[in-house]
Amino acid sequence: MKALLELSNVGMQFDTPKGSFEALKDVNLKIADGEFVSLIGHSGCGKSTVLNIVAGLLHSTDGGVILDKQEVTEPGPERAVVFQNHSLLPWLTSFENVELAVKQVFKKTKSRAEIRDWVEHNLELVHMAHAMHKKPDEISGGMKQRVGIARALAMQPQVLLMDEPFGALDALTRAHLQDSLMEIHAQLGTTVIMITHDVDEAVLLSDRIVMMTNGPSATIGEILDVKVPRPRDRLALADDPTFVRCRQQVLQFLYEKQRKVEPLPKRTDAETGAVRKRA
Amino acid sequence: MVTLTFPTWMEPYRALATGKVSRDQWQALMRQLLWPVLGIGLFLLLWQFAAQRIDTSLGQFPGPAQVWEQAGNLVSEHQQSREREVAFYERQEKYIAARLQQQPDWEPVTRDYTGAPTFFDQIGTSLITVMSGFLLASMIAIPLGIVIGLSSTVHAAVNPLVQLFKPVSPLAWLPLVTMVVSALYVSDDPMVSKSFLTSMFTVSLCCLWPTLMNTAVGVTSVSQDLTNVSRVLRLNALSHVRKIVLPSALPMMFTGLRLSLGIAWMVLIAAEMLAQNPGLGKFVWDEFQNGSSQSLGRIMVAVIVIGLIGFLLDRLMLMLQRALVWDKASAQR
Ligand SMILES: Nc1ncnc2c1ncn2[C@@H]1O[C@H](COP(=O)(O)OP(=O)(O)OP(=O)(O)O)[C@@H](O)[C@H]1O
Ligand SMILES: [Mg+2]
Repeated sequence: MKALLELSNVGMQFDTPKGSFEALKDVNLKIADGEFVSLIGHSGCGKSTVLNIVAGLLHSTDGGVILDKQEVTEPGPERAVVFQNHSLLPWLTSFENVELAVKQVFKKTKSRAEIRDWVEHNLELVHMAHAMHKKPDEISGGMKQRVGIARALAMQPQVLLMDEPFGALDALTRAHLQDSLMEIHAQLGTTVIMITHDVDEAVLLSDRIVMMTNGPSATIGEILDVKVPRPRDRLALADDPTFVRCRQQVLQFLYEKQRKVEPLPKRTDAETGAVRKRA
Repeated sequence: MVTLTFPTWMEPYRALATGKVSRDQWQALMRQLLWPVLGIGLFLLLWQFAAQRIDTSLGQFPGPAQVWEQAGNLVSEHQQSREREVAFYERQEKYIAARLQQQPDWEPVTRDYTGAPTFFDQIGTSLITVMSGFLLASMIAIPLGIVIGLSSTVHAAVNPLVQLFKPVSPLAWLPLVTMVVSALYVSDDPMVSKSFLTSMFTVSLCCLWPTLMNTAVGVTSVSQDLTNVSRVLRLNALSHVRKIVLPSALPMMFTGLRLSLGIAWMVLIAAEMLAQNPGLGKFVWDEFQNGSSQSLGRIMVAVIVIGLIGFLLDRLMLMLQRALVWDKASAQR
């Protein structure tokens, strides 16, 4: 397999007031061009840390990341990020938000008219052409996330990095956006790394699911190949044996092999009483 | 984008005119009109009541009626002064024309009218001074605040000084500023008077701080997410400041500017009183020294006008803020 992106022996130690904390240890992963990879794992295991290291927003303390034969040292538009909470500039319209990115990446290679067309094209891709000139606080959460995706796609990245892109959305909007994302991935063939908490989402979208063990010193526990042919249809897949088996395997990993062994904090009667009163 | 729409608060009045007033609109009318008018009315009654019981060495403390009368006097004095000024220039022109007829080679010398400034002249002077002082302060405070917010080194270096000078009263600065201006501003043909500069610098020194602090805080509190966007896009330092930092800091900056303008106005009146620099403060001081039976009434007029102008200046800033700032929630009050 020819790898576009390679993480080798990535480790991450954070300096905390209580001494150093090893979040990641020996993370090894190869991702091929055009692949759709999901990262799944319990909260706090280090998924965002992995993604931020690939993005260049964090520097790993051990090992390194190589993209297309070059070591990753800083953030850049060839590794566009879709942030969990959209991160649109609130004072710019959807169009202007995407335009800022396009101008930055293509200012030397595209004319003014080409830039405008490219911005519009990407907003159309995520079905946001109708609200191009609205500001973020005038559109819904799902629409904001679409604009965030359009902004990332418009940079024509080699790898698209998404940190729980649909985490804050309701189930219906989420399903819509997942379909849009599959459509776009089929059309553009962009390499994608997506963090998710949602097992169905991971199985539906991914070529491979990377399952992480619990921290501290988290690493990759298992990698699952999702051999479901594309295009995938969420309704037809519900009874597809391969799909069901994959889903089963991920659930098993998360809830049997990597069960969170945190006991629920015990509440005293006084506390629960107080909570009830307030509610 | 600035949109001019029919203001919603005017809706009840339109309804009142057409005669169809809903329950909510009645409530809005009471809130906007009835209660404030009642409040002011009650205040006037209390004032009248209290004034009758206070005898000062300058006579009885003026009640609303006397103050209203003095306001009228101040207006007519201003009109008279303007008429005298016009008359003066007419006489001067006539004199020059007549003399030139007799003596065609005479070089005419014109003189400016030198009447005592009226109440309204003093208002004008104060407004110009406060605006100049405020603009100067903003021109220093905004860039400095940005630098402090961007660099923790600069912040560490400047912060002790800011904390030290921030609480200083204008009265403490005034003698120093006066002496420094007299020493440094020596010119045969001065463009502006020394007293103007003294007042202006004192105002600037005192109203610098809120803008400075708020700008710095606004700049430091740019969200980490937006900074990450800027890093992924590889914006250079200048674009980062222009495209990300400044717009995010703008709401805080405006909060600071509004506070600063309020302080500037308060400080100016005090400075003018103390330094006898032209302006509303000097008007108050002169009336106090003058000590006629009308003085207290005239001072009371000045007090009300000072309050009114302060209020209008604040509204002006609020309008500017609403027009310029993207974060409408920060520009509510
Ligand atoms: N800057 C930091 N300093 C210290 N510890 C950190 C820092 N960032 C992350 N950590 C720790 O590293 C671990 C992994 O964090 P990370 O945010 O990557 O988890 P995650 O898998 O993305 O969790 P979630 O699903 O809740 O987003 C956590 O235990 C967290 O406390
Ligand atoms: Mg995370």
